[in-house]
Amino acid sequence: MSTLWRVAEVVSGVPESETSRTIGLRVDGLNGSLAGQHIDIRLTADDGYTAVRSYSVATAGMDEILEITVDELTDGEVSPYLVRDLMVGDQLEIRGPVGGWFVWRPTDTNTVQLIAGGSGIVPLMSMIRAHEASENPSPFRLLYSLKSPEAGFYREELLTLSRESPKLTVDYVYTRKVPPGWAGAPKRLTAETLLATVLPAEAGPDIFICGQTMFVETVAGWLVQAGYPATSIKTERFGGTGGLR
Amino acid sequence: MGIISSGFHGKRRTGNAAIPPGQHETGTFPVLTAGPAPYVARADWEFFITTEAGQRHAWSWDAFMALPQVDIRTDIHCVTSWSKLGTSWRGVSLDTLFEDVETASEFTTAHSYGGYTTNVPLRDLLGGKAWVAWEFDGEPLERAHGGPARLLVPHLYLWKSAKWINGIELMREDIPGFWESNGYHMHGDPWREERYS
Repeated sequence: MSTLWRVAEVVSGVPESETSRTIGLRVDGLNGSLAGQHIDIRLTADDGYTAVRSYSVATAGMDEILEITVDELTDGEVSPYLVRDLMVGDQLEIRGPVGGWFVWRPTDTNTVQLIAGGSGIVPLMSMIRAHEASENPSPFRLLYSLKSPEAGFYREELLTLSRESPKLTVDYVYTRKVPPGWAGAPKRLTAETLLATVLPAEAGPDIFICGQTMFVETVAGWLVQAGYPATSIKTERFGGTGGLR
Repeated sequence: MGIISSGFHGKRRTGNAAIPPGQHETGTFPVLTAGPAPYVARADWEFFITTEAGQRHAWSWDAFMALPQVDIRTDIHCVTSWSKLGTSWRGVSLDTLFEDVETASEFTTAHSYGGYTTNVPLRDLLGGKAWVAWEFDGEPLERAHGGPARLLVPHLYLWKSAKWINGIELMREDIPGFWESNGYHMHGDPWREERYS
């Protein structure tokens, strides 16, 4: 049952950027997970105080092991502990994985367009990994919007995949700083760039968008205006606010 | 008590009796939606109630605005673990909208523009517990938050407060809605942590 809290043991911790870390968890009795699902993590202080947060699963489908990638939030309560203090061998509690909507299954036959803003890459990466590990031949395309090359997660893996995988195309947009040898200056993602880069509406892609609220709202809005059916677009938002409230 | 995380102290932002278990307070207003936000003009907006006998009650925007309007001050709780305290809304009570509706049903499905659905027991909509809200903090409800109008059922997790509300269908059985078919709880009481099925 996904409502039960279960003990997870930390089996790995690898930095993804200066402020983020991928944490491997072994969860007794976990029977795999779906690409795109999330888990809740519960931390308990020595006086019984608890805090619970949700994190997307970055690597799905590996029996009793799953990975999350945590980005440290300034003034965060849980993320600084997970990124800085948690050690291999430590235990914590998890609930899940949960979610049956923002997920990709290897039996899905449509082409797929993934659009990530910053750490919104995490659930999309689990889809890319599940896709690569499967026999599913449908083309995947990822558009990854980043502040700078250093802010990117899974850099080596995405570089290798984009060179070697016959079924994945990766496109980047750098908003503040571009990598060496990059043609052009940093720029925000625009409707024109987006529509010139993503799979065309005629290809009928399933579209998954994940990132900060305003990023997701903006991108989804451009796609709908350009004629992509709203029913083909699945979104996951986090962190930000809707407006200024 | 669960597993102790050595060195974890937390920020103790809870400790507030208004915050249900497993929730933390936020000052912002996060947006969580399954897909793009639909555009619905007030001129095209309609709110309906259909009964199990097939009777249909419907209000245009103008007819809806002519109903008694009330101010609501309430806490809201999202299943993703944030709670927002003391929010201000304006809208029409479901008690008002159900005044002339005859039904023996115990269950409802709320329908939204864009196709979203959620099941809410009728007893959770009546008795001063739920509203169709169109104003937040003194301003028209933003589209991202469900404008022109959304259901507001603050004593349940917020996925029950369907954005871009279009109407309520009275049901003979409790049929899971969108999130309820995707792993979320059929009822969704934050004080009982009814998060997942």
